[in-house]
Amino acid sequence: MALIKTINFMAYRRWAQAVSFLLVVASIASLSINGLKLGLDFTGGTLVEVSYSQQADLSSIRKQLEQANYNNALVINFGSEEDVLVRLPQSKSSQLGDEILATLRQDYDGDIDLHRIEFVGPQVGEELREQGGLGLLTALICVMIYVTFRFQYKFSIAAVAALIHDVVITLGMFSIFQWDFDLTVLAALLAVIGYSLNDTIVVSDRIRENFRIVRKSTSVDIINRSLNQTLGRTIMTSATTLLVLFSLFIFGGEIIHGFATGLIIGVVVGTYSSVFVAANILLSMEISQEDLAVPVVEGSDQSDMMP
Amino acid sequence: MNQYSLWKYAIVLLALIMGIIFSLPNLYAPDPAVQISGESSSLVIDQEAYDIASDSLQQADIAVKQIAIVDNKLEIRLLSRADQLPAKKILQNALGRDNYIVALNLAPTTPDWLKSMGAGPLKLGLDLSGGVHFLMEVDTLAAIDTRLRSSVTSYKALLRKEKVRGIVQINDNVVTGKFKTEALRDKASSLAFKSMPEMTRNKFQREGVFYLNLELGEQAIANLEDEAVGQNLITLRNRVNELGVSEPLVQRQGRNRVVVELPGVQDTATAKRILGKTANLEFRLAVNGDTSSFNREIIAFEDSTVEIERDIIVTGESVAGAQFGFDENSRPQVNINLDAEGGKLMHRITRHAVQRKMAVLFIERKTRKIGSQLSADNELEAVYERYDQRRVISLATIQSPLGANFRITGIDSQAEAAELALLLRAGALAAPMEFVEERTIGPSLGAENIALGVKSVVIGFSLVLFFMVVFYRVFGLAANIALTMNLLLIVAVMSMLSATLTLPGIAGIVLTVGMAVDANVLIFSRIREELANGLSPAMAINTGFERAFLTILDANLTTLLAAVILYAVGTGPIKGFAITLSIGILTSMFTAIMGTRSMINLIYGGRSIKKLAL
Repeated sequence: MALIKTINFMAYRRWAQAVSFLLVVASIASLSINGLKLGLDFTGGTLVEVSYSQQADLSSIRKQLEQANYNNALVINFGSEEDVLVRLPQSKSSQLGDEILATLRQDYDGDIDLHRIEFVGPQVGEELREQGGLGLLTALICVMIYVTFRFQYKFSIAAVAALIHDVVITLGMFSIFQWDFDLTVLAALLAVIGYSLNDTIVVSDRIRENFRIVRKSTSVDIINRSLNQTLGRTIMTSATTLLVLFSLFIFGGEIIHGFATGLIIGVVVGTYSSVFVAANILLSMEISQEDLAVPVVEGSDQSDMMP
Repeated sequence: MNQYSLWKYAIVLLALIMGIIFSLPNLYAPDPAVQISGESSSLVIDQEAYDIASDSLQQADIAVKQIAIVDNKLEIRLLSRADQLPAKKILQNALGRDNYIVALNLAPTTPDWLKSMGAGPLKLGLDLSGGVHFLMEVDTLAAIDTRLRSSVTSYKALLRKEKVRGIVQINDNVVTGKFKTEALRDKASSLAFKSMPEMTRNKFQREGVFYLNLELGEQAIANLEDEAVGQNLITLRNRVNELGVSEPLVQRQGRNRVVVELPGVQDTATAKRILGKTANLEFRLAVNGDTSSFNREIIAFEDSTVEIERDIIVTGESVAGAQFGFDENSRPQVNINLDAEGGKLMHRITRHAVQRKMAVLFIERKTRKIGSQLSADNELEAVYERYDQRRVISLATIQSPLGANFRITGIDSQAEAAELALLLRAGALAAPMEFVEERTIGPSLGAENIALGVKSVVIGFSLVLFFMVVFYRVFGLAANIALTMNLLLIVAVMSMLSATLTLPGIAGIVLTVGMAVDANVLIFSRIREELANGLSPAMAINTGFERAFLTILDANLTTLLAAVILYAVGTGPIKGFAITLSIGILTSMFTAIMGTRSMINLIYGGRSIKKLAL
């Protein structure tokens, strides 16, 4: 993929700043107003997924459950018209799932095939919530330490800012569209951290290298040059990753849907952020040659002077 | 230039061969099978059992592929999955339910030459094989309370024996003794040290009364918790064995939780009923005239009530076994075996209680609805509370001092005796438990998940292969071979580590496939750049690989970091994702760098090249 002309990415940095700012603000606003539609893993409760032998009549199922005194049951199709998902809010009884299954089977002539029953106690839900948040924080902190150690603190701030940007926007999408946020989406989010970081590091690596070899050039030029040099790779890798993710999204089934969605958004945002956000922040921190000077090893050329 | 030393080629080749060997077993579809094992490990599965099984299946016209005795288990491979359930029923009837456990199983068909190298198929997680996952929480507070009360009972017996008169009571895990003189109190204190050394003793005096406070230290409490959870684990394992599951997992998780995983279980309601008997037992004396008023309690028994002592003789923990049988006059009875410690305690108390009545108290943890309230989003939701249902399941007169083995006679019917024996066995929990999480996956969903997972891997993988060849031509081909090798290695390493494959795990593999080409893309773009900078093709290849290496390392290590954190905070299926992702990152670094390099070297190395197909 030969690039014919170099793109002056940094010329668009004001625009990029505005776009990122808007997206992040919208995400935070939605997260604080709407919150996340937490899945069963985090809220606790009971879920029953069954497959009817024919197309399922949701309204009659609802009526049936109401008659059996399950008043706050949520009944929806899951993936196909035969598959039905019944979800009930928090309860302490782990028997509920079996009871619901029995109720459904009671007045139905055809076959009802049990796909799954999940019960998560309130305590466990709360713990998973805490653990999840803790995991995200730990991941960010570890990354920051690693990048500081391998690069330099300015890179580490830029990398972590890009990561927070990606995570917040991905979370924001789940909040704006009120998609179910469950454990698999959390896993996707952590994978996004890994992926986006991967991208940012490749770009940072090149920026560092160019700062060291290209003398007499402005920071903007060097960053632009680095971005252009890595652009082909950035696009290729995102493309292959998105290819497999879309395959997972389309063919992977309903359970993995949220996971694939989270990763697709994350990869798109992550690719954008490694080009615009991380580099942008590096510039605004006035990254310069001195920050990256290779320390001279003292006495490195003295061995020849031995008699 | 661009020639690998022989040993590097050898390493790549070796990895490839290992990859093929260890992933090969996954291509052999497992046989539907029925597995028969003894109720206790002492029962030897012999030729007789073999013959009974083989004959009964033959009579029922069920086609058998192979019968073999493996590890003291009879493994019967069938030809069709539909035969599994009927075969199980037939075998249960032929062999009898009491001594043998019949379980459904999928027997691997790994050929012997592969098995001899230690290769075997991947383990499938519950979301792929179908089955039940339970997370149970042990109420350790209750365990500590019970233990405290039972040690206080024997302490009191000791005080009586040593003629130390006083009042001993328990309040909030603190044992308080009140004595009239200092001498008595000090004697009681030294006796307490003898019988309960784990307790801290505290003496004080108030209004002419001498007090002794006994408390459990933190270490002692932690030990008791460990014991309680450990005992419950053992009980759960026994119950799981009763269920007949071929590869169950019963494992402690954290401080007070137990995970139970039963792959392939279809009848989840039964599984839950047997595992979920969250009961415990206490043997106590019925009150008589000497029982102090603090030490009395009224408990339901049959249709009325009975007044029993609060002091515990032994708990269900000590019950090693309980079977129903018949006495000399062919009347039903239940034989009970206690462990050595329980037998000693039983003897110590019952020696002085002949002709008194002994009650077996059965305590079950239950939940009930106590009303409803408005939730945060203004919906009416039910409010539940936990409570202990306590009832006396047996009240019998002690005919003579009892020991580790004794029996309860005079039971009305055989059914009643069988029920009592079952309850006695079920009560061997050190502390009540409750289900805090349950995931049941139906077998059809498991199969569907496998199909979907495989489909998305195949399609995603093919797309990436196509993409790489279009963009990088010969180099793309080399990368594709490396990618295929990577896939092989992931499966091989997982099989070698006996890691469990879950649906998110498959997602991890898909993701790895997408990301693994990153290393190759990095190298190839670098080579292109070096070519553009005017380097010769051979030089460009060399420099490209070298320069890209550090970047690849940095990029992969950080992703690995995220994967490790994911493993640490994740549960169940998420851990599966973290595992495949981590393995994938490591293997992809190897195949993308060394694998691709060796192929490129084979193609372009050692000759002068004018132009690269890149």
